[in-house]
Amino acid sequence: MNGIHDMGGMQDMGPVEREKNEPVFHQRWEGRVFGMMWLASAGSKWSVDAMRNAIERIAPADYLRFSYYEKWFAALVDLVTSRGLVTRAEVESGKPAAGSAKATPVVNAAGVPAVIARGNPVKRDVPVAARFAVGQRVRGRNINPPTHTRLPRYARGKLGTIERDHGVFVFADSNAHFQGEKPQHLYTVRFAARELWGEQAPARDGVYVNLWDDHLEPA
Amino acid sequence: MKTSRRDFMASAGAAAAAMHDLAHTQAPGHAHEHEHEHSTVPSDPALRVKSLESLLVEKGYVDPAALDMLIDTYEHKIGPRNGAQVVARAWMDAEFKKRLLADGTAAIGELGFGGRGGDYLQVVENTPKVHNLIVCTLCSCYPWAVLGLPPIWYKSAAYRSRAVIDPRGVLREFGLELPGDAEIRVHDSTAELRYMVLPERPAGSEKMSEEQLAALVTRDSMIGVAKVTLAKPEERKAGGRA
Repeated sequence: MNGIHDMGGMQDMGPVEREKNEPVFHQRWEGRVFGMMWLASAGSKWSVDAMRNAIERIAPADYLRFSYYEKWFAALVDLVTSRGLVTRAEVESGKPAAGSAKATPVVNAAGVPAVIARGNPVKRDVPVAARFAVGQRVRGRNINPPTHTRLPRYARGKLGTIERDHGVFVFADSNAHFQGEKPQHLYTVRFAARELWGEQAPARDGVYVNLWDDHLEPA
Repeated sequence: MKTSRRDFMASAGAAAAAMHDLAHTQAPGHAHEHEHEHSTVPSDPALRVKSLESLLVEKGYVDPAALDMLIDTYEHKIGPRNGAQVVARAWMDAEFKKRLLADGTAAIGELGFGGRGGDYLQVVENTPKVHNLIVCTLCSCYPWAVLGLPPIWYKSAAYRSRAVIDPRGVLREFGLELPGDAEIRVHDSTAELRYMVLPERPAGSEKMSEEQLAALVTRDSMIGVAKVTLAKPEERKAGGRA
């Protein structure tokens, strides 16, 4: 989706404002949202790709206005309702509907270290042929899906070089929509800064992007 | 359908106004009481989050003790001190450094770090000729396992938009002026690979121990927006979590 989240190369967003001695969470509720997003997803309720898609579906003006964890909270409410954990009426009342089923949490406190250690393994040991080879010239495809994609707009239609083949990974673009893992090769593609931004860019500089087979075509 | 989902998200994320509206649609008969209540309890996303938490706990989707544990881990245990240990080891041990640059995940695993936000780690080395910078233009991907959760500026529109098109301008704002002949490599974290910069070891640190070296390494140097210097970094004053 050509959404507001796809920010690479935009200008006029102002200076990068830093905070000294920044806490991990500025408010207690931010930590709760962070944790709930993770724990409530346990048991394959949604993937990190689906979570990113939910954040991207926040209206553009809200996306810019909301703080980081406000965006997460909006996405969390979207996910727990759209995935059927709770109903909108329950969110609004804050109470389970009378007679609704009670689940058992997938992760308890003792299980937290294991959940962190397990991580988010998305590399797949399946025999899928690579469509491109290291050193090959490729082009970012000119695609504009109205759905989730990890191909940034700034790389579409641009020439790059396969720098590295990382093996076979879950394809975020389909996984985000619960449409299967569609495992395929993931690469690092180097785009010269001048190819992306024109002559104003220094000749040596480059941007390295992780892209899947479906994002690329031979050049 | 799509619009209503979006509106629902807007009301979930929005603070004061949306909360007010929600309270009124819920309990139209008690408008006066609610008016009073809401003028004294402003806008609180905290209340909405608390309400959702109690709902998810009551419905058995979230264990509040697990929530406490997870939050505590990222507030106190997983942070840039992890990455600093990796950097110091690489500066001290040439063989480790070789392994680190060849397979970041495995080498970092030797120090006991990995897992979420570090399943696939790639370490990129800064030299006088090559400067690496890490960004996530599409969201906020960041090497949690070695740096903890990202600072707000890393997740900001300003950084995400400009790091790829004007990295030198961004670095200048961080007080880092790179020579014109240096090559900048910007790494946009668009998949589940996570990058960490191996900064240059500062001159004058030759006699320092691994522990002393680790104390010099800042979070920002491992993102690529700063160099490591012998001066006491400001960031390190924040407890153990520089």
